[in-house]
Amino acid sequence: MGIASFLRSRLISERLDKHVNSIDKPIGSLGYDPWGYNNETIKYGFTLARWMYEKYFRVQASGVEKVPDEGPVLIIGNHSGQVPMDGLLVGYAVANRPKKPRIPRAMIERFFPTVPWLGNLLNEMGAVLGDPVNCAKMLENNEAVIVFPEGVRGSGKLYRDRYKLQRFGNGFMHLAMKYNAPIVPVGIVGCEETMPAIANISPLAKALGVPYIPVTLPVILPARVHLNFGDPMYFDDREIPEEQITERVEQVKAQINLLIDKGLSERKKLF
Amino acid sequence: MENQQRPHILITGAAGSLAQQVINRLRESCDLVVVDFREQVDLGDDIPSYCIDFNKRSFEDLFRRYQFDGVIHLGRIMSSQMTRMRRYNANVLGTQKLLDLSHKYGIKRVVVLSTFHVYGAVAYNPALIDEEAPLKSAGLSADLIDSVELENLANIYLWRYPDLNITILRPCNIVGPGVRNTMSTLLSSEHAPVLAGFSPMMQFIHIDDMADALVLAYKKPGRGIYNVAPHDWVAYQHALQLCGCKRVPIPSIPPVLPRTLLRVLNLRRFPSYLMDFFKYPVVIDGRAFAKEFGFRPKRPLKEIFRFYRESKEPL
Repeated sequence: MGIASFLRSRLISERLDKHVNSIDKPIGSLGYDPWGYNNETIKYGFTLARWMYEKYFRVQASGVEKVPDEGPVLIIGNHSGQVPMDGLLVGYAVANRPKKPRIPRAMIERFFPTVPWLGNLLNEMGAVLGDPVNCAKMLENNEAVIVFPEGVRGSGKLYRDRYKLQRFGNGFMHLAMKYNAPIVPVGIVGCEETMPAIANISPLAKALGVPYIPVTLPVILPARVHLNFGDPMYFDDREIPEEQITERVEQVKAQINLLIDKGLSERKKLF
Repeated sequence: MENQQRPHILITGAAGSLAQQVINRLRESCDLVVVDFREQVDLGDDIPSYCIDFNKRSFEDLFRRYQFDGVIHLGRIMSSQMTRMRRYNANVLGTQKLLDLSHKYGIKRVVVLSTFHVYGAVAYNPALIDEEAPLKSAGLSADLIDSVELENLANIYLWRYPDLNITILRPCNIVGPGVRNTMSTLLSSEHAPVLAGFSPMMQFIHIDDMADALVLAYKKPGRGIYNVAPHDWVAYQHALQLCGCKRVPIPSIPPVLPRTLLRVLNLRRFPSYLMDFFKYPVVIDGRAFAKEFGFRPKRPLKEIFRFYRESKEPL
């Protein structure tokens, strides 16, 4: 038995293997999709995510069944935590739900593809370069897509700004309308505490070509995470001015704020 | 009487293995004339074959003599061949001459073979690139300018002379028996270079499927630009493994390091100007062509890779 098959036998249970294989995905003959998702690598990711979800962050999720069973859907959440664990946890919650699990695709920052190993690894686990064309094509493919419209404004914000939603881009709303995709808002509580940053070394970040370099602890803290999924929101695709698009985005933002408040009130302990 | 109805077709790039496949598919039903600037190809008595430069005046004599109905232009020099200047002369100026003559002699159908390289490999490429996407490669490497210019030229003629019915095909990596391009050479080799930490998604089309696509495109008149690729994908390093290649990692950061290294080594099968194609994905969407022309590739990736793997095994 080689190292690879030994690791596989230790890390991937038969049940997990069956679970992942049972999820319907548009993949090619060698298990890949056009964005680099790989049906085998995701199984290792699943094992790691399970440990993080259940043991490390002890996630409590409610309303995950509100993500529609099929068809295009945008899962929109608040972004936080410097190292964005939120996408992974939201993705795992949907992928591991007992009834009609789906493997959602998380849109990631544009600098990841330039990072050796990490860029490919993220792609193989279902993450996709955050490009509107990618999002549009995936919705066309009936995928569930996780989007954090705050982008790096959200993940890179300092601890003093925790749970304050930053500006949302409007792109996700245009796509939801065009592809008739419902929006499922999700309030994420706890990720702000996983890596609290007190400052951002912008000149160094600029020099290295990364979005931010936080002054923070060099570890990801095991904060308890609460995920609250809201009811799907539907928006028609009539031609409306950008101002009204922004109003619709504000409606989504308001829902996420409510879900964050719900999570904060549910939280009894930080760690 | 039957002979008069057989279409007369000029096929360029006849020495290439793809052209040979296209010729085999059309020789029963069409009267073919083949040309290549590299060598005169012997295809039997029924197919006149010429070694000729498109930029020479004698090239026009072929149009006068054979009264072609259509042209299949496969004679694009690949980016790994010849000097930049010679490629420009042959690919851009030569194609211009070919299209001018096609217009002058009332050709009714032109199929031009381009490449997916015209899209350029950048980190921010989305997957499933449409035909409408910008052609970025000219801005990324001077060695790919002739490929983009060839397309621009064909595009101008496509709109200016609608009677030519120009169709431009942009295939993904063409591989399979006899193919001598960069990718096929890599898959055939025992050791293949990879950029450490990068394994972009790639698409491969078997040479037989590509020949089928060209014949389908020729037979259905209509103008347009189409990507040609199967709806199947694989990571580069995984493809190498399936072909039985041993991977040789090249340091990938900082980016200037592999580029300098490749320039110094000057490997024909891993040229520095194609380096980014082994780093970032250029995944094209071939569904428009498949739908318009009823194209279904018959050779799956596993079969393609099996060929390369078995060709390495000693008999």
